[in-house]
Amino acid sequence: MARAATLPTLSFPLTHHTLANGLRVVVAPDRSAPVVGIAVLYDVGIRSEPEGRTGFAHLFEHLMFQGSANLEKLEHFRYVQSSGGTFNGSTHFDYTNYFEALPSNALERGLYLEADRMLSPRITAENLANQLDVVKNEIRVNVMNRPYGGFPWIYLPAVLFDTFANSHNGYGGFEDLESATEADATDFFNRYYAPSNAVLTVAGDVDADDTIAMIEKHFGAIKKRRAPKRPSFAEPPLTAERRDTHHDSHAPIPAVAIGYRVSDPVGRLDDLLASLLLAELLSDGDASRLQRRLVQRDGLVTDVSAYIGEFGDPFDERDPTVFTISAHYAHAGALDAILRAVDEEIARIVENGLEPGELDRVRTRLVSVLFKGMDAVISRALDFAKFELIFGRAELVEELPARLAAVTPDAIQAAAARLRPDSRAVLELIAGGAA
Amino acid sequence: MIPDLTAPRKARKLSSAERTLGTGLRVVAVRKPGVPLVEVRLRVPFLSAKATHPARAAVLSDALLTGGGDLDRTGLAELLQELGADLSASVDADRLLLAGNALAPNLAALLRLMSLVLTEPTYKKAEVATERDRLVERITIARSRAGVIASEALGHRMWGNHPYAMDLPDVAAVAAATPAQLRKLHSDLVRPNAASLTIVGDISPAKVLDQVEAALGDWSGSAASGRIPALPAPVVAGPLLVVDRPGSVQSSLRMGTPAVRRDDARFPALQLANLIFGGYFSSRWTENIREDKGYTYGPHSRIDHHFLGSSLMFDVEIATEVTAPAVLETRYELGKIASLPVTEAEVDSVRQYAIGTLALSTATQAGLASTLSALAATGLGLDWIAEHPARLSAIGVDDVSAAAAEFLAPARLTQVIVGDAATITAPLAALGPVTSDA
Repeated sequence: MARAATLPTLSFPLTHHTLANGLRVVVAPDRSAPVVGIAVLYDVGIRSEPEGRTGFAHLFEHLMFQGSANLEKLEHFRYVQSSGGTFNGSTHFDYTNYFEALPSNALERGLYLEADRMLSPRITAENLANQLDVVKNEIRVNVMNRPYGGFPWIYLPAVLFDTFANSHNGYGGFEDLESATEADATDFFNRYYAPSNAVLTVAGDVDADDTIAMIEKHFGAIKKRRAPKRPSFAEPPLTAERRDTHHDSHAPIPAVAIGYRVSDPVGRLDDLLASLLLAELLSDGDASRLQRRLVQRDGLVTDVSAYIGEFGDPFDERDPTVFTISAHYAHAGALDAILRAVDEEIARIVENGLEPGELDRVRTRLVSVLFKGMDAVISRALDFAKFELIFGRAELVEELPARLAAVTPDAIQAAAARLRPDSRAVLELIAGGAA
Repeated sequence: MIPDLTAPRKARKLSSAERTLGTGLRVVAVRKPGVPLVEVRLRVPFLSAKATHPARAAVLSDALLTGGGDLDRTGLAELLQELGADLSASVDADRLLLAGNALAPNLAALLRLMSLVLTEPTYKKAEVATERDRLVERITIARSRAGVIASEALGHRMWGNHPYAMDLPDVAAVAAATPAQLRKLHSDLVRPNAASLTIVGDISPAKVLDQVEAALGDWSGSAASGRIPALPAPVVAGPLLVVDRPGSVQSSLRMGTPAVRRDDARFPALQLANLIFGGYFSSRWTENIREDKGYTYGPHSRIDHHFLGSSLMFDVEIATEVTAPAVLETRYELGKIASLPVTEAEVDSVRQYAIGTLALSTATQAGLASTLSALAATGLGLDWIAEHPARLSAIGVDDVSAAAAEFLAPARLTQVIVGDAATITAPLAALGPVTSDA
């Protein structure tokens, strides 16, 4: 068989610009197809929700689609789609994003739509009541009526973390959601949705100078407001194991999530990358260590995955983020054997290091996955925006292959050594559904 | 005030090359730079009327990549990783699909690994046993989901005992599949004579055809010809089937009706009619039951394409307490679009949406590869993508209204709802006939 070629690289010319009102802009032209991606990220997420208002960041995200200064309800959707485009938004632990993928002849229209809601969304009692119903149905379909719904991202933080910010249910309890008011929404907007608290990126079939001129035209008039001071959400590593259970009335077989706190992924990026390579080495593909041990050799679990970030994106959160190992298994009594096998496999890396070629092939595959994630213009726009917001540098996206290439086997062993049994939280899902 | 659209920029014409190998394998290679990767889709027809087929096909698909030639599962997986590659197998009633990607310079090596799996499969006893057990658990998990229960119930109601009715294989049949049966099935059906291979990425098409010839030229033989089961005659709607899932906080409504394939002259008008009804966010169905009434997170309607015929499918999850009113609004919107003309503005909007999203979905390597591979199943290709905007542009309000009247009439839909029967049955019965007899 042929050997893998040396790793290719990828680069897009980036133009940075900051408006007088503080809005940070990154433009990444690529004229290969007549499509553009527009992304706006606001520096507020689940962790910034006030107590008694769990799920509010996400509910508010819905309100941002309900009309704005110059647009009636439904018009945002209609303008994007009748231009041939798609839209969405999503709420994360440390930020909230809004985005459109459009044919490039709709660039200015897309920018206008984003500027209009950054200027002022239509927060009304009617819109709030309607979107409260929609969000409750979103939670029913994704969590309450679904086996393994919200597992583990809703339930593991409550075991793993101590502060309200890090541990609460990010989708929200119905009582909290129902008590949200128009005044809450207006305050949230005023506090967190300032231009200086946001990053705007445009990727694809555009000219950088023309695009920046359009952005000045449509966003420049939005008044400067002070960005809120961002608190630290850091929590130190655990010193004793924690365990809890979660009952799922629809699930036919049990599952487990093992979580470890990961400190300061931004300040210690190289540690994060070592942990990321470790996660891939543990569970990516049939040659990975946990697949071989738990699935193929011992037959203990039907599937297993190791990943970083509460939604599986290692670059999605500031301090802290989470290293998770999760698995579904057929026999309810198997949990201790699973934990023992996981610990043994981690210990084997700490004590014996890696096999020849193991790090290189895992790294090659990971770089390929990163490239694939950059193919769609909208993914690129979202990535550049996220790295600009969370890491302060959009350029880091393109530097990741080189940074990964520099990770040593020693660093992987050190990453494995951080996954200690006494530093983990174990959440067992008890299956309540008839098989 | 709202900025106008500027003149659209035309997509660059993609360079491509096609060849049918002596074995019958049809190959299309498209150069699409962007990221330094290549996407591969190998589609092998897998339609069979044999009762034993669905379970064996599912285990074959899950066990296919557990070895090839002298390589065991780990050896194969390690080589794939070295290439930056991923390779997976999946199966449905129509086809076995080997889908993957790799760093572009490693395409030839990926093709050689595919060839090993195709020509020298292993199906070792222990690996087959592992995959059988996992599949049984996965099916059990799938069947605990309301949406899967609803899809299966709808499939049986629409297609009877036809393979298209079978979403998931029978658990006992899966558990009984043996390595010898998998080898026989592989030998019978995993053949190149009617298969298609689609390759898209940062590659040179002409060179890639030669690489395919070199790597896959030895994969030969013809699929055992079995009777292709025709689809049953279109069902008549019948009463709404209520399937009980006690304690459900939502009801899963699924509806379906036969539609037309992409190569049918009525397809573009049907595509637009479906978008107006429930095929995009700005649809009548979504604006009514989500954005006005908040009954649901979102309804969706879509055209599913299968080899023997396409279907128009509808799905929505609605809060238990508003199940009947949501069904009422759904039937109102269906009746309205089937009996009153659509508007010019609606047609303009969905036409732009259809053209724009086709461009977006084929602007990525993976999107273009998957689209081309699906088109290849019915003999369509790059031309179809290039010409489809013109077809959509030629469609007027009358065409769309006619398609809506023909395909979206509520009286022709087969309907199933899964939910808390004790709560939802009586209110639903007030709207029309219901049954609990599958």
